[in-house]
Amino acid sequence: MSLDAQRVKKDFPILETLAHGKRLVYLDSAATSQKPRAVIDRMVRFYEEENANVHRGIYELGEKATAAYEGAREASARFIGARSTRSIVFTKGTTESINLVRYTWARANVHEGDEVLVTEMEHHSNLIPWQLLCAETGATLRHLPIDDDGKLRIDLLGEYLTDRTKLVGMSLMSNVLGTINPVRTVADAAHAVGARILVDAAQAAPHLSFDVNDLDCDFLAFSAHKMCGPTGAGLLYGREDLLEEMPPFHGGGEMIREVWADHATWAEIPQKFEAGTPNIAQVVGMGAAIEYLEDLGMDAVREHEMQLTKYALDRIFSIGATIYGPMDVHDRGSVVSFNLEEVHPHDMATIVDQEGVCIRAGHHCAQPLMRKLGVPATARASFYIYNTEEDVDALIDALEKSKGWFI
Amino acid sequence: MVHLSLEDLYKEVILDHYRSPRNKGRLDPYDIVLERNNPLCGDEIELFLKFDGDKLEGISFDGKGCSISQASASMMAERLQGASIKDAADLAGGIKRMMAGEEEGDDDELGELIALKGVVKYPVRIKCALLGWDTLVEALEESGKGVPS
Repeated sequence: MSLDAQRVKKDFPILETLAHGKRLVYLDSAATSQKPRAVIDRMVRFYEEENANVHRGIYELGEKATAAYEGAREASARFIGARSTRSIVFTKGTTESINLVRYTWARANVHEGDEVLVTEMEHHSNLIPWQLLCAETGATLRHLPIDDDGKLRIDLLGEYLTDRTKLVGMSLMSNVLGTINPVRTVADAAHAVGARILVDAAQAAPHLSFDVNDLDCDFLAFSAHKMCGPTGAGLLYGREDLLEEMPPFHGGGEMIREVWADHATWAEIPQKFEAGTPNIAQVVGMGAAIEYLEDLGMDAVREHEMQLTKYALDRIFSIGATIYGPMDVHDRGSVVSFNLEEVHPHDMATIVDQEGVCIRAGHHCAQPLMRKLGVPATARASFYIYNTEEDVDALIDALEKSKGWFI
Repeated sequence: MVHLSLEDLYKEVILDHYRSPRNKGRLDPYDIVLERNNPLCGDEIELFLKFDGDKLEGISFDGKGCSISQASASMMAERLQGASIKDAADLAGGIKRMMAGEEEGDDDELGELIALKGVVKYPVRIKCALLGWDTLVEALEESGKGVPS
């Protein structure tokens, strides 16, 4: 089944609005995606018909709320191939998921003299937590380099993974280069030296079909808001045995079994890690987003984005832009970072905005990667299920215009 | 009041200073140098000041970034060459208030600098326009030469 982007577009009310009086051409889905009517309506319905706290109410309404919330956990587990909903911890997003691992598993398992390995293409959310951990514990942070095509130097893995490595943190898809990383290869190598691997799937989950068992990852994190869902919801997948042995993260209600004045015992996973009232409506919205994507079919999503990205790469290249990251769409997702020599990306983003085209300009929360690329900033267009070749053409026309101003 | 379209703003003033920056490069000798950047977008300014009593004998900048950040610094350095420190601090304060929408800005007093007002319409770019001015205020404070009014 192939994806009809023109039809998909109609599912997104915001895409009918105007920007500066022009058709809104939204090309910043890597920052956050737009939301389909189905997700918006699902959250409204929750508030209008099912709202109550979860895991508490004896009454029917409380059961409805809990069923909606736990239904999202089942959808999430299914979406990533997790064997059990016990592996799915709801968080407010990728950043919180990664920090959860930092404060629980990593604090208990990473010590002075140990090493944490990340890659040179990590988003700050999968870099800063490990910088802080290493500063706190005396462990060393290492960075697996990338090559000139923006791919990981897997050939150097043997050098960077040692018997001191306790954790590998890597993204499945880069938010700047678009590179799709060979997680399974790294996971096998990491496990061979006794390390655990955490996968940042924030960019991958909206665009790629994957299975946590095939990836053989120990932890995996992503957010709802980049995949048609609301902000404030995301998840951490963790291997059940690891989650079982980890200490709790936040303390509070919901995460306890029994409490005395001076001590307490913990709830079963995943509730052990879900202290306090969660973002219930947002999690329900996340479940609806997953179902929306499942209806489209993740393979169809990928196929559509490969075609569109190929078209975009060709057209952006044809106007003389420098493109960062792999040029083969089999190796990359639908974010395209680029620079036009004459036009600084901030100027470019302001000028194309006048034409109704939304692109990102800046360091994309990846300052070390910008330094590696030797640029202070890049422009970035990112495409999703509702984008068409017409949108790419609108971008190119607007870029030509911005070039015209500077020449 | 000025009503520059974005295109006019760029074409008439900003691009002129961006392409042909005034007083760009290291000042030698200088009394104080201060480097500041815009962490959100990576614009960079290195500001050099040379004092002569209560005057700015010399002011220059180096840096890289978008046209608005670099043109604004160029206009600032051109305007404040030989100015009194008090006037420099007052002008910086006035520009900052104008960019915050607290003051209209006086065409006669500001001259070419009024072009920066066109940036107020683009809120995310205001910090680009103010990078040089903020750096100046900080440099004056650090050098103990007085604070802006």
